[in-house]
Amino acid sequence: MARYDSTCVTRARWKGDVNRVPVPEARVQFRSMHIPIVTFRLQNGLFVTLSEDHTAPIVAVNLWYHVGSANERPGRTGFAHLFEHMLFQGSADVEANEHFELVQRAGGTLNGSTWLERTNYFETLPSNQLELALWLEANRMGKLLPAMTQQKLDTQRDVVMNERRWSMDNQPYGTWMEKLPALCFPETHPFHHSLMGSMDDLAAASLEDVAKFFETYYTPDNAVLTIAGDFEPGEARRMIEAHFGPIPRGKGKPPLPNMTLPPLFDQWKREVVPDDIMLPRLFLGFRSPVFGSKEYYAASVCGAALGLRNGSRLRRRLVRERQIAADASAFTYDLAKGADLLVVDVTARPGVGAEQLEQEVAYEIDQVVRDGLEATEVERAVAVIQTMFVTSMQQAGERADRLSLFATYFDNPDRLNEEVERYAAVTTESVNNFIRERLGENNRASLVYVPRDEAPGELVGAGAAAASQ
Amino acid sequence: MTAPAIRKAERPKPSGPREYHFPRFERRHLDNGVELIVAPVTKLPLITVAVLVDAGAVCDVAGREGTAQLVAKLLLEGTERSDGAELTERFERLGASVDAEADWDAAAVSLTALSEHLPAAFDLLGEVIRTPAFRVREVDRLKAERLAELLQLRAEPRGLADELFSRFLYAQSSRYARPEGGDERSIEVIDRDQLVSFYETRYVPASTTIVVAGDIEADRAEELTRHAFGTWSGAKPTRVLADDLPGRRERGVHVIVKPDAPQSELRIGHVGIPRNHPDFFPVNVMNAVLGGLFNSRINLNLREAHGYTYGAFSSFEWRRQAGPFVVSTAVRSDITDAAAREVLLEIDRIRAEAISIDELSLATSYLDGVFPIRFETTAAIAAALSVLVLHGLPDDYYDRYRAHVRAITTEQILEAAQRHLHPDALQMVVVGDPSVVRAPLEAMNFGPTTLYDTLGQPSA
Repeated sequence: MARYDSTCVTRARWKGDVNRVPVPEARVQFRSMHIPIVTFRLQNGLFVTLSEDHTAPIVAVNLWYHVGSANERPGRTGFAHLFEHMLFQGSADVEANEHFELVQRAGGTLNGSTWLERTNYFETLPSNQLELALWLEANRMGKLLPAMTQQKLDTQRDVVMNERRWSMDNQPYGTWMEKLPALCFPETHPFHHSLMGSMDDLAAASLEDVAKFFETYYTPDNAVLTIAGDFEPGEARRMIEAHFGPIPRGKGKPPLPNMTLPPLFDQWKREVVPDDIMLPRLFLGFRSPVFGSKEYYAASVCGAALGLRNGSRLRRRLVRERQIAADASAFTYDLAKGADLLVVDVTARPGVGAEQLEQEVAYEIDQVVRDGLEATEVERAVAVIQTMFVTSMQQAGERADRLSLFATYFDNPDRLNEEVERYAAVTTESVNNFIRERLGENNRASLVYVPRDEAPGELVGAGAAAASQ
Repeated sequence: MTAPAIRKAERPKPSGPREYHFPRFERRHLDNGVELIVAPVTKLPLITVAVLVDAGAVCDVAGREGTAQLVAKLLLEGTERSDGAELTERFERLGASVDAEADWDAAAVSLTALSEHLPAAFDLLGEVIRTPAFRVREVDRLKAERLAELLQLRAEPRGLADELFSRFLYAQSSRYARPEGGDERSIEVIDRDQLVSFYETRYVPASTTIVVAGDIEADRAEELTRHAFGTWSGAKPTRVLADDLPGRRERGVHVIVKPDAPQSELRIGHVGIPRNHPDFFPVNVMNAVLGGLFNSRINLNLREAHGYTYGAFSSFEWRRQAGPFVVSTAVRSDITDAAAREVLLEIDRIRAEAISIDELSLATSYLDGVFPIRFETTAAIAAALSVLVLHGLPDDYYDRYRAHVRAITTEQILEAAQRHLHPDALQMVVVGDPSVVRAPLEAMNFGPTTLYDTLGQPSA
């Protein structure tokens, strides 16, 4: 039995759930598992995706708002996420925490999460409870503000501060989540600052900020709604129109600053972080093509070939053969604007220092840049991605979330059904082209965690300057 | 400040529920003693296979804790035919995700693959279970990896709190008092011969059940099982049951020193009850109300009323013998005592008077309603069937589950709380900064306070 759901910042990584994709051999089966998709748009701009599946009496409701930490104004880092917590504090017709209670009483699971580019809210329920979820989501989209109070804001601010301590400040390496984007994106770029936010900025957030943020971003024309699972389309459409139809369109949101970035860092960036840890750990970032682009799929397969599962290049070389590392993995951030990040994440074995770790990882990456990956390595990566994709598609909530993703970023949820082809089109050559272009010394960012008491003076000196800005 | 009037009439009513039943499954038996359970589920071209062996951590010999986990993990690190790298390659070229683990009660090798790859995957499973090589190089590497994990644990407040909580909970003689995966002392002394001998004794057909869920018919699954496991032989060893005696009669506060910690990791609990206890259902529902759900008493109190924490929950860990009952949370250091006091109050309160009908119905309607959502994946169905095997539950267990839950009364909850929550036996573990937490915790008069280092050794 699950413990409980609670709102949190989440991030799909390679290990675990994930939702990438497919390949050549199993084409026939993939074609047969084509996911049915119907879309329409309400007068007020709400984009709706419906995807039927009647194998179990379960339905998933999934709502993405196209706003994330990238939209925060200076001095309000962490606000998008704090705001996400406030959405569980009731609305005009729902009391605080009653959202959770009503969904759980109905036998449903629920949560929300905040990311750099979007915020999502989702429920999976017995299918006869569909209208409850739609009503709840519509009520907070249309009528949140009457329920907002200073006391609720103060309590959620405390909760979020504790979330920050729990997930970052009191967790070994926990600060990587804000230090890596800070290192990899220029200071003026919307992806640079902390998603979780600083304690000072969280303390400064006011009810007025809540009202402004709500009016600007939580509007039907800035959201997509997806329903996946066991429902009758005509009935679902009637419910959606009844509950969301009356919500007025927004007045538009301020445009994001220019997100475009050059394809390379043009240097090897480095920051050293002394921390309460026992083993050094390296996060090695590479600027990579935006999520969804043709080149993105090569980057994604490259990440899997380098660090997904025990057969991947870095696990095999660094963990199994050379025994330099206790663990190694790789993943992409999946950012759809400006530039994405490919990250290699390696923890040292006891006895291996931070400097040696960085050198050895660089040695392996250099080798891949020089010689490329073998065709068998690319095939393995694609096969593993394929199975993970089908596995994740078993769950209505996961299908709905992916559909919302493609609707939000590309106005095109049908792209979920194209993923197979797009991954199938990735060749060893395209992966190796990506590697040659992007994994060189002129496009690396090292975030190095060093045990506090072992931090050699020189290394820390160099990093401390960068860290203290 | 006050919430606006709620117009309850506006809330949508559910339509009639559609029927759902847990996937049908069949049992088959091989002559050599291997049991097979197959649940055909044809939604997607996927299959999960879990090979369960009665070779869990409770089988570890005293002083060599961690043997069971090392043996399980080493199954995937090389067979007579393939070394570790090649074996991994053979699994992953099929796209199959495969894991080997030993928990307290059993070892399991489980795999999810596209159904077209199943024959090859099945044979690979047979190969790893029947012909592991235990090469010295891999034995040494996995021991070193476990030692690295233990080293990491010393700096990881959550894991450290969980591990030391178990140590302070159970008697020294109990296997449950030492980590499932072994500790520094035991890992150092385990050698290859002991691993091989554990494997030869425990990994036998009569101790093995193969659970299959997904896009396959029972006959086909049986055929594949016979092909991969049919000629396997060996005599069944006696089952080992853990000693689950508590270590202390009195309450105690155990502070693990982490200077300057911004938060305290807090664990409060005692030895619970075995999975097969007749009170399982009322205890489970009682725990949902106390700290199992987001809207449980403990979470609403600590998180939503006080803002002390990001989350607080309680759980009974279900094992063949009595696992822990524990309340877990992480709270701002300076209110550690206040948070602990609220937890104690909630434990007292649920023992003092019956919960409301509303609280009961929240818990039971959640557990009843969420039932189909728990079994959306082949892996979840296989895991549910594994629970039947591990605890010898009846085949109609999942068919009757929802009726059992719905029948629970508030009187049963009160009785369960009074019978199975023991305020006088609670142990409290805090990983935190003693300069902040020690004096306030002592002032609570909960029990004697002892400080420990991160290895669990008493410190000044």
